[in-house]
Amino acid sequence: MAKRIDVSGLNAYYGSHKAIEDISMTVEPRSVTAFIGPSGCGKSTYLRTLNRMHEVTPGGRVDGKVLLDGDDLYGSGVDPVNVRRTIGMVFQRPNPFPTMSIYDNVAAGLRLNGSYKKSELSDVVEKSLRGANLWNEVKDRLNKPGSGLSGGQQQRLCIARAIAVEPQVLLMDEPCSALDPISTLAIEDLIGELKERFTIVIVTHNMQQAARVSDRTAFFNLSAVGQPGKLIELDDTERIFSNPSVQATEDYISGRFG
Amino acid sequence: MDIPTDTPPKPSPVRDSTPSTAEQKRNARGATRPGDRIFLGLSRGSGIALLAVMAAVAAFLAYRASVALSDNTGNFLTTFEWDPAGLSTDGKPYFGIAVLVFGTIVSSIIALVIAVPVAIGIALFISHYAPRKLATPISFVIDLLAAVPSIVYGLWGAIVVAPNLTGLYGWLDDYFGWTGIFSYEGGAPRSLMTVGILLAVMILPIITNVSREVFLQVPKMHEEAALALGATRWEVIRMSVLPFGRSGIISASMLGLGRALGETIAVATVLSPTFLIQASVLDYGGGTFAQNIASKFGEADEYGQDALIASGLVLFVITLLVNGAARLIIARRKEYSGANA
Amino acid sequence: MSTTTIKPSGGPGGKPARSALQGAQLPRWSPYVIALGSLAVGCGIGLAAGLDSRIQWGLIAAVLFIGVSYALATTVEGGRQAKDRLATSLVWVTFLMAVVPLASLVYETVKRGSEVFSGYFLTHSMGVVADDEPGGGVYHAIIGTLQQVGLASLIAVPIGVLTAIYLVEYGRGKLAKAVTFFVDVMTGIPSIVAGLFVLSFWILILRFDFSGWAGAMALSILMMPVVVRSTEEMLKLVPNELREASLALGVPKWRTILKVVLPTAIGGITTGIMLAVARIAGETAPVLLLVFTTPLINTNPFDGAQGSLPLYIYQQYQSGNQAGYDRAWAAALALIAFIMILNLVARGIAHWKAPKTGR
Repeated sequence: MAKRIDVSGLNAYYGSHKAIEDISMTVEPRSVTAFIGPSGCGKSTYLRTLNRMHEVTPGGRVDGKVLLDGDDLYGSGVDPVNVRRTIGMVFQRPNPFPTMSIYDNVAAGLRLNGSYKKSELSDVVEKSLRGANLWNEVKDRLNKPGSGLSGGQQQRLCIARAIAVEPQVLLMDEPCSALDPISTLAIEDLIGELKERFTIVIVTHNMQQAARVSDRTAFFNLSAVGQPGKLIELDDTERIFSNPSVQATEDYISGRFG
Repeated sequence: MDIPTDTPPKPSPVRDSTPSTAEQKRNARGATRPGDRIFLGLSRGSGIALLAVMAAVAAFLAYRASVALSDNTGNFLTTFEWDPAGLSTDGKPYFGIAVLVFGTIVSSIIALVIAVPVAIGIALFISHYAPRKLATPISFVIDLLAAVPSIVYGLWGAIVVAPNLTGLYGWLDDYFGWTGIFSYEGGAPRSLMTVGILLAVMILPIITNVSREVFLQVPKMHEEAALALGATRWEVIRMSVLPFGRSGIISASMLGLGRALGETIAVATVLSPTFLIQASVLDYGGGTFAQNIASKFGEADEYGQDALIASGLVLFVITLLVNGAARLIIARRKEYSGANA
Repeated sequence: MSTTTIKPSGGPGGKPARSALQGAQLPRWSPYVIALGSLAVGCGIGLAAGLDSRIQWGLIAAVLFIGVSYALATTVEGGRQAKDRLATSLVWVTFLMAVVPLASLVYETVKRGSEVFSGYFLTHSMGVVADDEPGGGVYHAIIGTLQQVGLASLIAVPIGVLTAIYLVEYGRGKLAKAVTFFVDVMTGIPSIVAGLFVLSFWILILRFDFSGWAGAMALSILMMPVVVRSTEEMLKLVPNELREASLALGVPKWRTILKVVLPTAIGGITTGIMLAVARIAGETAPVLLLVFTTPLINTNPFDGAQGSLPLYIYQQYQSGNQAGYDRAWAAALALIAFIMILNLVARGIAHWKAPKTGR
């Protein structure tokens, strides 16, 4: 259920502006990899190149290789729709479909991929909501609109929706930045459980969060405003936070800039 | 509404340097200076004048209509004749709007059935399909389509379009003639169907423009939610764009309907003015409120004009209701989307 | 986990894909080829079957295009992609359906209109020309239209702009809400109803005669809401900081509006007014009821029947002979040219004077 991602020589652009430059890294399966770095360093852009969401932005362009267990996401003949179905994503602000019920939100991805029996669908919805630690809170109101939930619940609903289609990889773009501390804690616990089944990549502004949830951490930086962001180093989280090999990482971790 | 003087005074340095808020409020409402008072009076007076015009339209039409209706020997709602001069009833006025109600509704429905899907398609084309460089020129072309005067549409419809429709109507007759609705006896296609097609072209711009605005307002994050689940472009539209835009599409269609109901000269140019109701929409003949007024006005005496005014009053009320409903839907949608934004 | 054990995520293609991510795809150029092919076949069938209407040819081609793309995509790419392609082709076809009428209308008007369109046509009236004779022109109608539209603007522009100022700068409470709502509703009044209204009180009750002025009153009713709406939009775009800065200097509110707000928005307001003028210049129905018509030049809009360009087209068309049709098309060309020039200039002003905001 979880795959390895190998990135090599990846550049991403907005029109003529280069947002990230020459990134190469490996993301291990069944682990949590956190991306940290100052604002504007391109970590969210980079995340979006991993499931071909970057090219949805007008002017968005990518070159380089992203291999998912050896298959190049940007190879010829690859359908971005299949890529996104294989690599799920959770966004900064919870975005359940406002016109759909909780049930339909979770089932949305499955319904795209062909017909399911009603009982089958219900099973998957329950399993996914349980997987997102939301089942007990919403089991009595599955037919109510998803927008009626609290922010933290909405975000877990989005996670349930993403894992319902059984993706290989789950990308999370600052999933807690719009949430209160208690909801954040619930999501962090959930991430810990989900990594048993999925490869997880999370972008976060919060270094404590990165330290708490991730196995490996990547630090991104940019040399000046307007310059493309670069990967500075990627290592075990413990090492990054205790004894990083690059001075800039240590400066950032210890709060000297950023 | 975000009116500058409405917003509670923020403790900004700029605000503080103005006179006291109380005085400012007074300036805004009652105005202490003569200049302010005059200017407020003028602008408020204009607003009131506008309302007065609307009220006057209703009042004068109702008054003249009542003059006509009091002498009518036919039933105004169910009579199939339009004979205010009483040519066939020894000078007793005999007229009703049944034929006009039928023709107006049928032609407007045809127009909507054709225009709404096409307009949604064009709106989606501009908002989601067209290459970015194409989107602006296309919107411009749609605006030009809206600027063409209805008399030119009428001329074009009667001389260019109608002769080209005989073949199409022949087809419809061949395959669907058995329904009765699409039977076609040949002859000039100056029928309700032709009117409907022409009206569809004419209301296309307004439906397109309102729908496009709504589609462009769909929050990016809803679309990305669908994309990230592996939705194709069409699935994104079906899951995020259309549900979000539904009330916008409805009100856009109603605005278009309002326009189609009241269109006069294009219909008068194209339609063969035969005062009758028939099952087939392809055979010539039929009538609409506005067209009937324009066509009958020339030979109407004063009483005949009053009778036409009576039918005009009905048209006025119908369009008022349709447009009012459309505006209410739009207004409610604004509040709704504002709360969610 | 190796690639082969992963269930394919695409549709029921059944073909051994090289990877789970790669679905079979039609080549990029396929829509163009299918479109061209359908067009050719559509015309071919049309010619062969002797269908005399181009509308039929076009419909055949459109149906072919949609059907063939869908069938090809279903077999090659699978159901979901096929639906996506179906939606895309439908959207493109609707777009063409909007372009075709406009192109046809412009083409026919220019082609047929240029038959008798000339300097002579623009500078002569129909005074000595019978309906079925060639010759004559639209001079009297142009005079009439310009005067009626001018008078209508003289009424509608001040009322419209002042109402918009009221709504944006002062408006609050029930009155403002009512005005806003009825301005919207007024936009939808059929033009013939505005004509009937003026007919009922000006001609039937006050017993005045048909005149350009009567038509102008009806036109002004149609123009007012358009002016209010566009002016309102423009005034709302004026940043609040400007108003506050002026008020902070102790400038009275009315002078702030006149000296700061209006000059800032003047470009957009002008554009709105010109578009409103363009709209009423083409109105036929109220003019038909109120101005009556005359083939002669009448330069006094307050006395007696006048000509009018849209009405002229209607009457020449109704005369039902070739000379009349020719004149109708030529007048239509003149009217469209006038309206399009107004539109283009208005948009030019909007573009040139646009407040430099981030939008």
